[in-house]
Amino acid sequence: MGEGSSILPLELDNVSFEAGGKRLIKGLSHTFERALRTVIIGPNGAGKSLLLRLCHGLIGASAGRIVWHGAGGRDPAPYQGMVFQRPIMLRRSVAANVDYALALRGIRRRQRPVLVDEALVHTGLKRFARQPARLLSFGEQQKLALARVWALKPQVLFLDEPTASLDPTATHTVEEIIAAFHAAGTRIVLTTHDLGQARRLADEVLFLHRGRLLEKAPAARFFAKPANDLAEAFIRGELLWWRRGIDRREKPAGEKAID
Amino acid sequence: MPEFGAAFAEALSLVIRLDRDLAEIVWLSLEVSLAAVFLATLIGMPLGAAVALFHFPGRKAVIVGVNALMGLPPVVVGLIVYLSLSRAGPFGVFGMLFTPAALIAAQVLLVFPIIAALTRQVVEDLWAEYSDQLRSFGAGPGRALTALLWDGRFTLLTAVLAGFGRASAEVGAVMIVGGNIDHVTRVMTTAIALEVRKGDLALALGLGVILMALSLIVNGAAFLIKDTVETRYG
Repeated sequence: MGEGSSILPLELDNVSFEAGGKRLIKGLSHTFERALRTVIIGPNGAGKSLLLRLCHGLIGASAGRIVWHGAGGRDPAPYQGMVFQRPIMLRRSVAANVDYALALRGIRRRQRPVLVDEALVHTGLKRFARQPARLLSFGEQQKLALARVWALKPQVLFLDEPTASLDPTATHTVEEIIAAFHAAGTRIVLTTHDLGQARRLADEVLFLHRGRLLEKAPAARFFAKPANDLAEAFIRGELLWWRRGIDRREKPAGEKAID
Repeated sequence: MPEFGAAFAEALSLVIRLDRDLAEIVWLSLEVSLAAVFLATLIGMPLGAAVALFHFPGRKAVIVGVNALMGLPPVVVGLIVYLSLSRAGPFGVFGMLFTPAALIAAQVLLVFPIIAALTRQVVEDLWAEYSDQLRSFGAGPGRALTALLWDGRFTLLTAVLAGFGRASAEVGAVMIVGGNIDHVTRVMTTAIALEVRKGDLALALGLGVILMALSLIVNGAAFLIKDTVETRYG
């Protein structure tokens, strides 16, 4: 998917992000190579969503560099898509939602109906085409969010916990659509809390904890034997609250460091 | 109380017969208020949207200014317009004082802050909701503006109706700048004020009935729009 040569690989070099005086992403370095599916896991507040937003360019890094090595002189933004945890539906019909995304990409009016149709057929939303998007069920709204991105044919797709509030059936459908993106050559970068989903979808796993990248490994190796003890505890399903004192700079207010 | 009953009956008969004096006053009122709301929308909506979406020098001053104007007593607005339009004022050369144009000017000043403030609220809320997705699609606030106005169209329409409500109900400002001249600048509200003092309760009551109906229609429309939108568009 996506015209022209790939904008990948994407390199993050010592990237940090601060907000309100707190460092939320700390010195993160990683290179997203082509054609893999990366799944980012970690507990709440680990910085998974922030990492996706940084990569996608919705927020800027406070320090470090984010470089799309394949982009050359091109603007990498139009080659990417993102699906959010809560689908953001425009107050218009299902078809018009897809149409607007295409319009913003500068696709001509004449060419849009075919692309809209194709995206809706592909995601199983054809029969809802004329319905107001915001009256769809949550699962269907997430499918529409995927349909909109499908129509844009991105090279890279970021998904921020796309199935966090979906039932198993809807989760299955969404995962099928993600698989179709992958089959079409779209680079997948996904965050999730669902370890089963991580196992099903990942080629490569990044484990984040409190803004730090603690482990990156091929999925098979990661799930067989994570090198990091926190990652190991996490995939065993243990709560990580007992590690609270480990990072002194991240003390909650009022809590004194015990050295 | 019998004289009130008689006056009311007479008032209803004036309304039903479409009495010429009454019809003229009603027509002028509608003309003035509709024109004012139209112009106020042209000023207020872009202003509200700009304040909601862009950070520019003086933005906070604009917000405070608009909010202050919204709370300004109409007589003060009337006074300001009166001074600006009077012979010695900056717009004196146009000779607009005591003409319907002056009424429109005063009502624009009264109404545009309401439309600007409500537009700002609508657009700001929509942008907060949409911004991640629209920026992901490659649209900044400028390009997204039309989408925001379109998706907020029904709520914005209620803002315009609120503006029309204030315009048509206002008496102090139009009294000062229009002078309540018969057949020229006499609108419903100023006519009521005058007729009551003269003791012509029938005409005053007739106009009152029409104003009340107008208010009911406007609020009913606003309610219906909101209701329809919520059930149809979610």
